[in-house]
Amino acid sequence: MDYVIEMLGIRKEFGSFVANDNITLQLKKGEIHALLGENGAGKSTLMNVLFGLYQPEAGEIKVNGKTVEITDPNVANDLGIGMVHQHFMLVENFTVTENIILGNELTKSGMIDIKDAAKKIHSLSEMYGLAVDPYAKIEDISVGMQQRVEILKTLYRGAEILIFDEPTASLTPQEIIELIQIMKRLIQEGKSIILITHKLKEIMDVSDRVTVIRKGEGIGTVITSETNPNELASLMVGRQVDFTTVKVDANPTDDALVVKNLVVTDFRGVEKVKNLSLTVRKGEILGIAGIDGNGQSELIEAITGLKKSKSGSISINGRDITNKRPRKVTESGIGHIPQDRHKHGLVLDFPIGHNIALQTYYVDPISKNGIMNYGKVSELAQKIIKEYDVRTQGEHTPARALSGGNQQKAIIGREIERNPELLIAALPTRGLDVGAIEFIHSRLIEQRDKGKAVLLLSFELDEVMNVSDRIAVIYDGQIVDTLLPKETTEQELGLLMAGQSTKENVATQGDK
Amino acid sequence: MPNRVVNILVPVISVILGLLVGAVVMLISGYDPVAGYSALWNGIFGDAYTIGETIRQITPYILSGLAVAFAFRTGLFNIGVEGQLLVGWFAAAYVGIAFDLPMYIHLPLSILAAAVAGGLWAFLPGLLKAKLQVHEVIVTIMMNYIALHTTNVLIRMVANGGETTEAIKETASLKSAFFESMTDFSRLHYGIFIALAMVLVMWFILEKTTTGFELKAVGFNKHASDYAGMNVNKNIILSMVISGAFAGLAGAMEALGTFQYASVKGGFTGIGFDGIAVALLGANTPLGVVFGATLFGALKFGSLNMPNAAGIPVEIVSIVIALIIFFVACGYIIRYFLVKKNNKKEAK
Repeated sequence: MDYVIEMLGIRKEFGSFVANDNITLQLKKGEIHALLGENGAGKSTLMNVLFGLYQPEAGEIKVNGKTVEITDPNVANDLGIGMVHQHFMLVENFTVTENIILGNELTKSGMIDIKDAAKKIHSLSEMYGLAVDPYAKIEDISVGMQQRVEILKTLYRGAEILIFDEPTASLTPQEIIELIQIMKRLIQEGKSIILITHKLKEIMDVSDRVTVIRKGEGIGTVITSETNPNELASLMVGRQVDFTTVKVDANPTDDALVVKNLVVTDFRGVEKVKNLSLTVRKGEILGIAGIDGNGQSELIEAITGLKKSKSGSISINGRDITNKRPRKVTESGIGHIPQDRHKHGLVLDFPIGHNIALQTYYVDPISKNGIMNYGKVSELAQKIIKEYDVRTQGEHTPARALSGGNQQKAIIGREIERNPELLIAALPTRGLDVGAIEFIHSRLIEQRDKGKAVLLLSFELDEVMNVSDRIAVIYDGQIVDTLLPKETTEQELGLLMAGQSTKENVATQGDK
Repeated sequence: MPNRVVNILVPVISVILGLLVGAVVMLISGYDPVAGYSALWNGIFGDAYTIGETIRQITPYILSGLAVAFAFRTGLFNIGVEGQLLVGWFAAAYVGIAFDLPMYIHLPLSILAAAVAGGLWAFLPGLLKAKLQVHEVIVTIMMNYIALHTTNVLIRMVANGGETTEAIKETASLKSAFFESMTDFSRLHYGIFIALAMVLVMWFILEKTTTGFELKAVGFNKHASDYAGMNVNKNIILSMVISGAFAGLAGAMEALGTFQYASVKGGFTGIGFDGIAVALLGANTPLGVVFGATLFGALKFGSLNMPNAAGIPVEIVSIVIALIIFFVACGYIIRYFLVKKNNKKEAK
């Protein structure tokens, strides 16, 4: 057969935990083969086996029909396998060229020959339509371009088979379209691609075939044109999945969070939130729609006490919390699922159990008179791990070792378990799979139905439209309009988010 | 090979390798390694006196090791243990000389003075780090010099212009008649109990208290700690102060136990700096520090016997001792080979 890569019956264990069990993946030359599975299903493990980072306990790998033993990434490189990592492996203050040749430098009488390398990179980028500036520094270029650098890095090393690990997780919609074009171009030039993802839309758009794995087990391979997103989703999670979030109408009552004329500046003193006012009522979900960088982060940091506001006021259930310390804010009934779970949400080197106690470690019964009761920490951790379906080997596993979705579920469990009057959810589903997204949405709605207020910040229009009861559009530090999801469209929201009010957009478009 | 076996094998192999390479150095230099090592052995365990002196040497190492380890565990690098030790030494000696009090007040007061002085000396770098983000390594290094010369001036003042103060009052002394009689009049003193008690204190703070939970969280991730409502600045300062207090106590061991006085110093004692290695050898855990300090203290004291008993020059002795410690510190290399060998065996 004309398979370039065959992974047959792969099994990988970590102690008593089976990460991969009897998975078979066969990649044809010139195809885009999607590898689909939930967070923690074992996709990355499988690819790390292929890339030589892990050795399988059972199974066989064939490259171009020959059985090979991939003992380390260098072997994988020599076999023409290249990996485009989800978290880019780039040196920030090196140039594009320096990054691409790193570890593989061309030298001329002992000196690095940057010019020749840049020329080679230029011709590669022409060939595959990967526009980059060879002399730009990584820290100065966009995320999309950084990813192109990663792709060029593998091509420069002669990769014939490219593994893309969740390539669209951090890209803007425009960059995603460009990436898809690049992938198609690579195929035309005879490369083969394995695409790791849990985004069904992308799979339907670009892939030829899909291999599904669930909880470490190979479920099977299907041809993309013969399937549909619903079937893929149910294969992936092992049950029927609802794409539309079901919920009854909101029943909002009193004002919970009231923000009045808030002004927040960044570290240079530039105003990021400009005289902003908004209200979230008990029993409703207010969604904030907007493009990243329009003051959302600063708004949330000001509410939660992580950042001081310059003027204006914030109150929760009538109690003023303006410029109070985070602990005071938390204690006045605010739960916060932070935007950056690794930076703010978790102490990654702490066990997941300790992380679950991170907001309540100082109160009875988890501690008394300054003495921790780690037995109670365990109880709480086990409860949340169970109720919120956090998949981990145990409460003592470091948070770092959990997949993103399970880390997020632990955070959500921690915050909701405190029964807050207002739950702030900032990008709560970023990077998560459909199963986890569905779970998180239903938890947010459940809070609302209990009569609590929920403030949802999201960059994804689908999410804002589906989950919110009201939508506030933020642009340039101000709420430009508040709408009801039923009475608006994605187009209208998109225009508002771009700073054009719907009424004048036709008139002003020419000026901009 | 099960993990437990590896854990025991690694330090054993490390020490043996260190001894072997040290023997090669002695051979090349024309000295008899067997005589050298038996002198080292006798210098550590030879008789009751040497055993007593060895334990005496270990005592301050435990405390300086704890000081470094505690700061490490909370994400701070306290290079200033040496300076904190010196101010602790002076403070304990001063209180021990200046007051006339019954022992049950005088001794605890002198010990406390050392802890407070060390803590205060570490407070400043903590404050600068918390409020102005000045790196604690720079401040603590510089404060070592300030401590050295300031205490020298103070010691001269207390000694009326002399180089050495008078001896501390007996009511402030850690001297132990019991230990003296047991160890043939070595200088072994009750301070070892204080050091071991502090091992428990560190373990208790880190593993049992909410303060320890906060300190560790801040050490790992400041942002998440801030988000969780912890006062990050307070914790940074607190961590430095506790670390400094351990260091000050190490000074008290010298002032109230070993020497019974303070004297003008031409340079650093080295105990504070060695504390860094002790902490790292002990993987920054309280119990590990005890082992690290034991190794350091024993080699340091035992090696004093090598020039006399085996005629090996001090310079060669230093190299041999450094090699042993080097190999212990490189334990992970040995672990790597053991694990790799293991994997190969399993693969076949």
